[in-house]
Amino acid sequence: MAVTASPVVGFDPRALRARFPILGRQVHGHPLVYLDNAATTQKPDTVLAALASYYTTSNANVHRGVHTLAEEATALYERCRARVAGFVNAPDERGVVIVRNATEAINLVARSWGATLAHGDEVLLSEMEHHSNLVPWIMLARERGVTLRHVPITADGRLDMGAFALLLSPRTRIVSLTAMSNVLGTINPIAEIAAAAHRVGAVMVVDGAQSVPHMPVDFQALGADFLAFSAHKMYGPTGVGFLVAKPELLERMEPVAGGGEMIREVRLDSATWNDIPHKFEAGTPNIADAAAFPAALDLLDEVGMPAVRAHERDLVGYALERLRSLGWLQIHGPAEADARGGLVSFVDPEIHPHDLAQVLDTRGIAVRAGHHCAQPLMRRLDVAATARASFGIYNDRDDVDALVDGLAAARNYFGLANK
Amino acid sequence: MVDRPDVALDDLYREVVMDHHRRPRGRAPLGRVDATAHGFNPVCGDEVVIALALDGDRVTGVQVQGRGCAICTASGSMMAEMIPGHTAAEAEATAEAFRAVMHGAPAPAGAELGDLEALEGVRKFAVRVKCAMLPWVTLNDALKAWRGGSTEATSTTEAQEAER
Repeated sequence: MAVTASPVVGFDPRALRARFPILGRQVHGHPLVYLDNAATTQKPDTVLAALASYYTTSNANVHRGVHTLAEEATALYERCRARVAGFVNAPDERGVVIVRNATEAINLVARSWGATLAHGDEVLLSEMEHHSNLVPWIMLARERGVTLRHVPITADGRLDMGAFALLLSPRTRIVSLTAMSNVLGTINPIAEIAAAAHRVGAVMVVDGAQSVPHMPVDFQALGADFLAFSAHKMYGPTGVGFLVAKPELLERMEPVAGGGEMIREVRLDSATWNDIPHKFEAGTPNIADAAAFPAALDLLDEVGMPAVRAHERDLVGYALERLRSLGWLQIHGPAEADARGGLVSFVDPEIHPHDLAQVLDTRGIAVRAGHHCAQPLMRRLDVAATARASFGIYNDRDDVDALVDGLAAARNYFGLANK
Repeated sequence: MVDRPDVALDDLYREVVMDHHRRPRGRAPLGRVDATAHGFNPVCGDEVVIALALDGDRVTGVQVQGRGCAICTASGSMMAEMIPGHTAAEAEATAEAFRAVMHGAPAPAGAELGDLEALEGVRKFAVRVKCAMLPWVTLNDALKAWRGGSTEATSTTEAQEAER
């Protein structure tokens, strides 16, 4: 079963691995097999170097200083914004707000755009959302009497588009959906949904936390109004995320945090706001991590997002095939690799996911076990938790083989028959 | 090709633990129920429902239901075996002694932990301590509700551990 080369032409995950120092370490005496990329990815040496270089040579506060370091720090910080705008084809870099993570980006929309909603207005979400795309809206519903609606999922883990059509109405003011489920892997038809949302006058918010790192994402082609994602899930540092938005929408929104940086003029009892996107970036931002992030985008551009997607599609197809062949697993999400991103959630009916992850850890294999911040989805699937293996650019079929061997070893350890 | 993983795993899943996991005690419904509590571990989604029958202040029956990992299931099974026949105060003392051991303290003098001692190895796996504690924090809640004259309570390991 040892297939070493990925069938994706011109793509060598083994060679890429050398650029991620952490992948050289051992865990419990085994080489690390890192399959928790949907939670966070590892960082290439170029990102680590950029981080060190920022603090070693250019550290200063941004936007206000006239000295050389302040100018360099500002240029590095703004370069991140420009690179991100280009990476997702944002209409304008003024539409890129630098925040802490995708969660903060969605909260910003829920608080600021959400403030224009009134009692009886509706927000349309789905059963497969991460807590980060549920809880901000629950908070909005509590504050403003807004009604939340949820698109159900089908038995094979896709959005029920028939139900979506029925739930969408002129009362719908916001549609907010994940582009790729962090549990099911399902890739949702966002462009089609955004077009439908616009026909009823709603804005389209896209949770891109899983899609932007793993497939080509074109903000304008999607027809999205807002797109949220995090740097740390795409080989960049933790603590930096982005809200990409149509600038004309940001212009109409009120800031949600006040302080330095986001103002134009302040008097003792009044203030006016800075231009977008700065009016949403109160206080000293995470300059260092933003400065380091373009190095991660350089790597993704070097590989090419179509190749990233093709590679991970191949891996998830191989994983589905091998996991199915074990015969004892429940596998969640769409059956076809084409319909899903590079992750697979599964349950061994006789071994709790925590116990499974514990056994895998002793073999150096890192998978996630739990509810994946999607408790409503767990309830819908009628499981307390699942185990999830999620892939990145440095994984290959050997990693899938190691996982499969580990799953068999776990049954052996718990005294269960292998089939 | 299936080899036995690290011996460290055996610290967690000792024979006694595995026995309780495979054949959990206390699953059968009780004839009467005087207190129940629903426990939830928000970290992993595990759930435990405890039902108690009491005669005066003495626990006469324990039912443990829910879905949890091997550690959580074993811990609940041990509880179902140990607690009947004990007073509410004794049950709470056992819960407190077990909590101390799980957090690295020595067992209080005179505390009889019985099979629970087999869970000592869980201490080395920090994230799993909550798995072992879930049935016990839920038991505490059931008893607290019973003392307060109510029959139902809901709790989470987060809330319980934070209270201390």
